[in-house]
Amino acid sequence: MLNIKTYVRVQSLEEAYDLCQKKNNVVLGGMLWLKMQRRSVGTAIDLSDLGLDQIEEDGDFYRLGAMVTLRTLELHPGLNELTQGALRESVRHIVGVQFRNLATVGGSLWGRFGFSDVLTVMLALDAQVELYHAGRMSLEAFTQLPRQQHDILTHVLIPKKVGRVVYLSQRNISTDFPTLTCALSRKDGAYTCVIGARPQMAQVYRDEKGLLSGGVTEETARAFGEDVAERATFGSSLRAGEEYRRNVCAVLVRRGLLAMEKEG
Amino acid sequence: MDKLKTVGQPVRKKDAMALLLGKPVYMDDIVPQNCLVVKVLRSPHAHALIEEINTDVAQKVPGVVAVYTYKDVPQKRFTMAGQTYPEPSPYDRLILDQRLRFVGDAVAIVAAEDEAAADKALKLIKVKYQVLEAVLDPHEALDGPILVHPEDNWRSLCPVGADNKRNLCASEVCSDGDVEDVLSHCDYVIDHIYHTPACNQAMMETFRTYTEMDPYGRLHVISSTQIVFHVRRILANALDIPKSKIHVEKPRIGGGFGAKQTVVAEIYPAFVTWKTGRAAKMIYTREESLIASSPRHDMEVHVRLGASKDGTIRAIDVYTLSNTGAYGEHGPTTVGLSGHKSIPLYTGNLEAFRFAYDVVYTNRQSAGAYRGYGATQGIFAVESAVNELADKLGLDPVAIREKNMVREGQVMPAYYNEKTNACALDRCMSRCAQLFGWKEKFPVRDMGNGKVRAAGVAMAMQGSGISGVDVGSATIKLSDEGFYNLSIGAADMGTGCDTILAQMAAECLDCPVDNIAVFGADSDASPYDSGSYASSTTYVTGKAVERACQQLKENLCAIAAQMLECKPEDVEFTGQGVRRLDGGGEVSLMDIATKSMCGNEIPVQVTYTHSSPVSPPPFMVGMVELEVDKETGGVEVLNYVAVVDCGTPINPNLARVQTEGGIVQGIGMALFEGITYDEKGNLLENSLMQYKIPTRLDMGHLRVEFESSYEPTGPFGAKSIGEIVINTPSPAIAHAIFRATGVWHRELPITPEKVLMGMKAKG
Amino acid sequence: MELKLTLNGRAVAASVEADTLLIDFLRAQGCLSVKRGCETANCGLCTVLMDGTPVLSCSVLALRAAGHHIQTLEGLQEEAADFAAFIADQGAEQCGFCNPGFVMNTVALLRENPDPTDDEIRAYLAGNLCRCSGYEGQLRGIRAYLDHKKGRG
Repeated sequence: MLNIKTYVRVQSLEEAYDLCQKKNNVVLGGMLWLKMQRRSVGTAIDLSDLGLDQIEEDGDFYRLGAMVTLRTLELHPGLNELTQGALRESVRHIVGVQFRNLATVGGSLWGRFGFSDVLTVMLALDAQVELYHAGRMSLEAFTQLPRQQHDILTHVLIPKKVGRVVYLSQRNISTDFPTLTCALSRKDGAYTCVIGARPQMAQVYRDEKGLLSGGVTEETARAFGEDVAERATFGSSLRAGEEYRRNVCAVLVRRGLLAMEKEG
Repeated sequence: MDKLKTVGQPVRKKDAMALLLGKPVYMDDIVPQNCLVVKVLRSPHAHALIEEINTDVAQKVPGVVAVYTYKDVPQKRFTMAGQTYPEPSPYDRLILDQRLRFVGDAVAIVAAEDEAAADKALKLIKVKYQVLEAVLDPHEALDGPILVHPEDNWRSLCPVGADNKRNLCASEVCSDGDVEDVLSHCDYVIDHIYHTPACNQAMMETFRTYTEMDPYGRLHVISSTQIVFHVRRILANALDIPKSKIHVEKPRIGGGFGAKQTVVAEIYPAFVTWKTGRAAKMIYTREESLIASSPRHDMEVHVRLGASKDGTIRAIDVYTLSNTGAYGEHGPTTVGLSGHKSIPLYTGNLEAFRFAYDVVYTNRQSAGAYRGYGATQGIFAVESAVNELADKLGLDPVAIREKNMVREGQVMPAYYNEKTNACALDRCMSRCAQLFGWKEKFPVRDMGNGKVRAAGVAMAMQGSGISGVDVGSATIKLSDEGFYNLSIGAADMGTGCDTILAQMAAECLDCPVDNIAVFGADSDASPYDSGSYASSTTYVTGKAVERACQQLKENLCAIAAQMLECKPEDVEFTGQGVRRLDGGGEVSLMDIATKSMCGNEIPVQVTYTHSSPVSPPPFMVGMVELEVDKETGGVEVLNYVAVVDCGTPINPNLARVQTEGGIVQGIGMALFEGITYDEKGNLLENSLMQYKIPTRLDMGHLRVEFESSYEPTGPFGAKSIGEIVINTPSPAIAHAIFRATGVWHRELPITPEKVLMGMKAKG
Repeated sequence: MELKLTLNGRAVAASVEADTLLIDFLRAQGCLSVKRGCETANCGLCTVLMDGTPVLSCSVLALRAAGHHIQTLEGLQEEAADFAAFIADQGAEQCGFCNPGFVMNTVALLRENPDPTDDEIRAYLAGNLCRCSGYEGQLRGIRAYLDHKKGRG
């Protein structure tokens, strides 16, 4: 059972930042995973009053407040046009509408969950994050930071120059956690492949061997899929074993590439 | 027979709008919120002895009223299985025991003024465990070195072949003909083991019970249960108090599916209330409902099925190893259905059968009753074997069934030599094949991009009540202004039995369903009923309703005859009242009701009790079309068509929804649901996050029809519907997946990983 | 801590703990239609509307709802009865325990998309588990309601 001593709806990021310096204080996201933890929280810090639930266009970026819900991502016309539906595809399997109305983009990324669809797609979109104290950095760099940081993720930035992007995932049953996630993008001729739910955190794989330099065909897509499947590390969990994930990885990467070429 | 007016109509359920509009009708909605909260400390070990247990600190937590350990409870063993006395299930439980037999077994009971205090106390109970080696594998249980129930006061009340010193909960062999001889003369023998792991009912309302002392000093129990009368007996056994001291009733129930045919939660608050005199409630968490309740028995079913080249099925030999877990609830009885409700499907040409089983104790969660009750596991095995045979012989699996299936008028040696008085299985098959488009869909179709579509088929049967055991009763009463009260002891758990029994009464009494007010179930006020399980309510209790109404009509005619100054044989019942056959007068029901309350000696309340010497099987055919992604192993159910012979469907809407609900649970079993353990005996699927039941995106499109037969021993020709409907999806889906991939899956659930890796292994 | 919100159109002030969940607060306020079916945000039984948006009340701190409008089925009886009758006509309510959450989310669906396709209905209601009905009857009921409405309009 989650136990919370006090609840504060902060009026500034500074206030939130000061509060979150204490080890047993916690910034609330959508509260979906937090409440299942058996832990004692001193102060629950709620950012709800800070207007972080907005999506704005900011020069070359879409700037998403950390409290933007997954449902908002799913329905946002501009973002979905930009990402060719990949954002919608990445979140539509997550539990249900009522869940996605609560789950936040900030919470999804902050947790750096292995199963995260959102982290997978955002990495492929070359997203950046803004932390209140540490400032702006690439999402990929953020994933490498140690987990115990007393900082606040305030915004996510998605570059408007996206190129082509495709999202695929494999699930044992609809609305479940994925057994593998796969996002692919092509920008300026360079391919980025992100594989998540390995079951560890999503990781970026680039076409280091230039397998796709001659373009995507059935053969090169297969070769790149197998290359990624070989390079990536996989593990076993309740939902699927390592070998299964490796197999599915090769398939999703190949299918994703071919889908990307077909529609692009 | 006259045309039926109410029976056979899709009458709206009497409580439908109250339920849809969220009215407070469930246990936790109707009980006082200031009662004690009861919680249970659960064992972290699969097998252990409590060496020391110290509750001093826990008792001092403000708000904590009591903490009980094994030292505080009666030492007479009992069973929590809701069955007719003497229960076949062994008496192997104590409310709390010094020996802990699975991860989740009860260590201590806490009662507190609120949940927070109870939670705090749970953390402060200090237990020193002597951890023992556990037996988790059912193959190692029988005559193994680790005994789950070494105690001397373990008791088996019935001759079910149980022996606690062998970890044996039940054992039996029965046969007809010389199965070995026939098998040795068969052209083909299919010989495989099929495994159905335990799975959970996962009804939306978890187990829950409220208890209080009533003004007469009796224990008043309000519980979400299918079995009010059995709860009374079981609580009396557990608390070692007279049954007269207990009164059990049920409110609306948030689903049961057999889970609530076991006394899972009741004993804890009952014990607290009996000891403290204070009202108490226990609401199981979802986790408790998944790890410490009453799931389906994990069964391994070994089938040897012998046939001749032309597809004549000549012999079936079934051996079932059933794993009852830590306690024996429903262990000796579920297993019987794995053979007795699978083998008889092929009575057609069967020359011999044998059915043997062992039911073993292990240090896993105790099993219980779940819709299908062993038939589900047996039918997965036998129907899969028949599909394997058809494939081996290159025969159409529909044709091979038509050649061998049981037909009306046949005596079924594997079903206690009962005769099928009503069997439309043949019509179910032909209608299902037509509706489904079997000819077009059976051939495997390549959809491109690694995807193929394929089809599968299975048949099923079940029973209608437990023959010679189940008792159903109904009390029907004419009340003021001429409406009727119908009291039953069967429990409507959402299935709509209150409504369909009212439909039967309305049919008999020739009145609108709205004229029948239904009451049930209450151990003090209702006439005795075994309870709602074993597909018994429509068939057994329904017959009691029919008979009670007939008797009541006679009594009403007798009163009316007095009023009309003639003999009872000179009047007839009209539905609105009673009239003289000679046209010389008529009295209304209201007149009769008024008369009945003034200077009357003829009862206007009749109770009839029914039990059936037979248990007529309903029959069913299911066909599935699915798409397999051969590159990822993903399986998508596209279409499921089922045709059911439940005799006369009393309420076609409710029968249809029963069928659809059962099919989706069956799809869940086939593809998604199954309980697994780690090496320490921890159950891994302990939440709805990990135990995944189908959503509305996982079941494709369902289509259900009925092929009615007329069962002469049932009310209005009805048999049962509640359980059979879960039985066809597993074998039909396994069949279709084989068609798509060339791999037979003989263990459920058939996950994408198993599908893909199965294909890879086959090469 | 002090909590003020609007519940079914009525201003409510109450004292709650920092970790009181909205579901428990609502039940304590007598909104007993709100049901708990799991502890893991998977079942949808506890669905309520927060400023018109369907959310899982098991996953919202009561204090987070401060200043917001919360609606439970107690406050939407007429709107719900309109289509619920069609579900009753299918017998698809069954045990009823999932009904309040399912009905609330259907209210939200029909407000957002008054003329949904079958696939849109399935997708929107995917987070509402039901173990009894097999879902098909619920869909038939909603479809019958939509057809009826079209015929009427």
